[in-house]
Amino acid sequence: MTLQARIQVQRGTLAVSAAFDVGGGEVLALLGPNGAGKSTLVRVLAGLLRPDEGRVAVDGAVWDAPGWHVPAHERSLGMVFQDALLFPHLSIADNVSFGLRTRGVGRQARHATAAEWLARVGLEGLGHARPAELSGGQAQRAALARALAVEPAVLLLDEPLSALDARTRLTVRAELRRHLGDFPGSTVLVTHDPVDAMALADRVVVVEDGRIVQAGTPDEVNRRPRTDYVARLVGLSLLAGTGEGRAVRLDGGGVVAVAEETSGPVFAAVRPESVALYLARPEGSPRNVWPARLTGATPHGATVRCELAGEVPLVADVTATAFAELGLVPGAEVWATVKAAEVAVYAR
Amino acid sequence: MTAPPPDSRRARAGGRRRTGAGVPAPLLVPAVLGVAFLVLPLLGLLVRTPWSSVGEQLAAPGVGQALRLSLLCATLATLLSLFLGVPLAWVLARSSVRWRGVLRALVTVPLVLPPVVGGVALFLVLGRKGLIGSWLDEAFGITIPFTTTAVVIAETFVAMPFLVISVEGALRAADTRFEDVAATLGAGRWTTFRRVTLPLVAPGVGAGAVLCWARALGEFGATITFAGNYPGTTQTMPLAVYLALQNEPEAAIVLSLVLLAVSLATLLLLRDRWLGRSGTTL
Repeated sequence: MTLQARIQVQRGTLAVSAAFDVGGGEVLALLGPNGAGKSTLVRVLAGLLRPDEGRVAVDGAVWDAPGWHVPAHERSLGMVFQDALLFPHLSIADNVSFGLRTRGVGRQARHATAAEWLARVGLEGLGHARPAELSGGQAQRAALARALAVEPAVLLLDEPLSALDARTRLTVRAELRRHLGDFPGSTVLVTHDPVDAMALADRVVVVEDGRIVQAGTPDEVNRRPRTDYVARLVGLSLLAGTGEGRAVRLDGGGVVAVAEETSGPVFAAVRPESVALYLARPEGSPRNVWPARLTGATPHGATVRCELAGEVPLVADVTATAFAELGLVPGAEVWATVKAAEVAVYAR
Repeated sequence: MTAPPPDSRRARAGGRRRTGAGVPAPLLVPAVLGVAFLVLPLLGLLVRTPWSSVGEQLAAPGVGQALRLSLLCATLATLLSLFLGVPLAWVLARSSVRWRGVLRALVTVPLVLPPVVGGVALFLVLGRKGLIGSWLDEAFGITIPFTTTAVVIAETFVAMPFLVISVEGALRAADTRFEDVAATLGAGRWTTFRRVTLPLVAPGVGAGAVLCWARALGEFGATITFAGNYPGTTQTMPLAVYLALQNEPEAAIVLSLVLLAVSLATLLLLRDRWLGRSGTTL
């Protein structure tokens, strides 16, 4: 089972254009900021929005093509929205079996399937409950069961975990991972949370301003981000420049010493934890030393994330103790250092 | 954007309550007069009611007949309005028909039109010499004016817009994402309407139906113009009240009292929407 999509659609001022394939059993994450066009793409896949141009096909069955549009209700798909959107007037079991009912499955078979799916998502005995009686996590589980009960060829998940609180999100994410592992069809997951993408997807497509800016495995995207947005998401400072042997001359000015020889346009990526801060310029040791000004500081667990402005903009994680000992306040002048070996460098 | 700490929020709410306690005189006086203006006539009705003979008056043959006819016609008009008005409201709220604004304006004309004018208009179309009426008469020998059917039609004409407006509002307020969900679960538009949209807006439909029914029950102008005032076939309660006032005012008072009771019962049915607890849940 393969989903093939080439989509072009105009939404207000945003031109959305993307092409991707999702194999059977594969999970593709569309990762990007709000308003990037991810949800538009998934609405096109669902048949809720007609593309201006392009082609959507599943296993050779064409869903969208020029002059051809299969409406949502005739597509073999299941969709889970950010808010569970369980029909408030129906019991949980009737919600789960809704898709079977519209497809003409008999009452007995419907009840059996609904009960089975409720058990699979850990909601046994809640079939008679009303949606309002469920917690957020339970509702999202029921919504997943409702989408999967029809055994669709394509599963679309539109920010399925964003509405959940942090703790519930952890559990539901783990369960979702298990269900996606069992699902034989193609899954498209829309998310703005890199953790969801990394934890659930086999491949990640990064969408910004309506187009794909990067595609790869979660590991690739995580280690070698190609845009500032992704770099910030995965907690890296991304510096664009030109490789000149063991140095990278940055586009924005400044030079970064690196451990590998490179040439041509490259990215240099710096992890916040590899940046050290000093009040006086440190001497010796062959490493990068830059003057910087502290522009922002946010506590982040036991560390403080410091945003630095200067010739080389960086993000540094220092321990709360060190932060206090250095007496750092926003506006403070500091020296930032990074070992050459800790700068990842890769071609643009 | 950070939310203000709870303390400051409480303090602000408290401040608002303090200013709310003192209503400025230029507002208070007209407000009190307004309440008096609305309530006094009803009190007058209660005061002047000949309580000793209420039972007797109600038992008079014409009263029961008029009441039964009123309830029957208002109910039929409401059913007809539901049958035609709910789909119309859906078209106004959901479809992308051209001229939708014009359509809505046309639909709401009966709301502002003097009912007598409505009655005249109905007469010109459905009367024996009317545009459709003459054809009905020639082809099927059907005449509508001055029949119970005419009462139902006149009441529907006047009352249906209340239902349409109410249901359209409910449809617009309803979350259309539920309809998207239904579509992704294989439901076509008609199935979605029956199984999802209609149940979701049921409270709005109910409120609209009650409003429509109350309006139909009190209909006077269009009814007397188009259907006449024949006891047993077209004389509804409001017509009976008007007629009684000429000859036996006591009977008119008792009949009015019945209509007042029905109105209050209607208000009671709608209290969740319009009084106090309004608008919290659909």
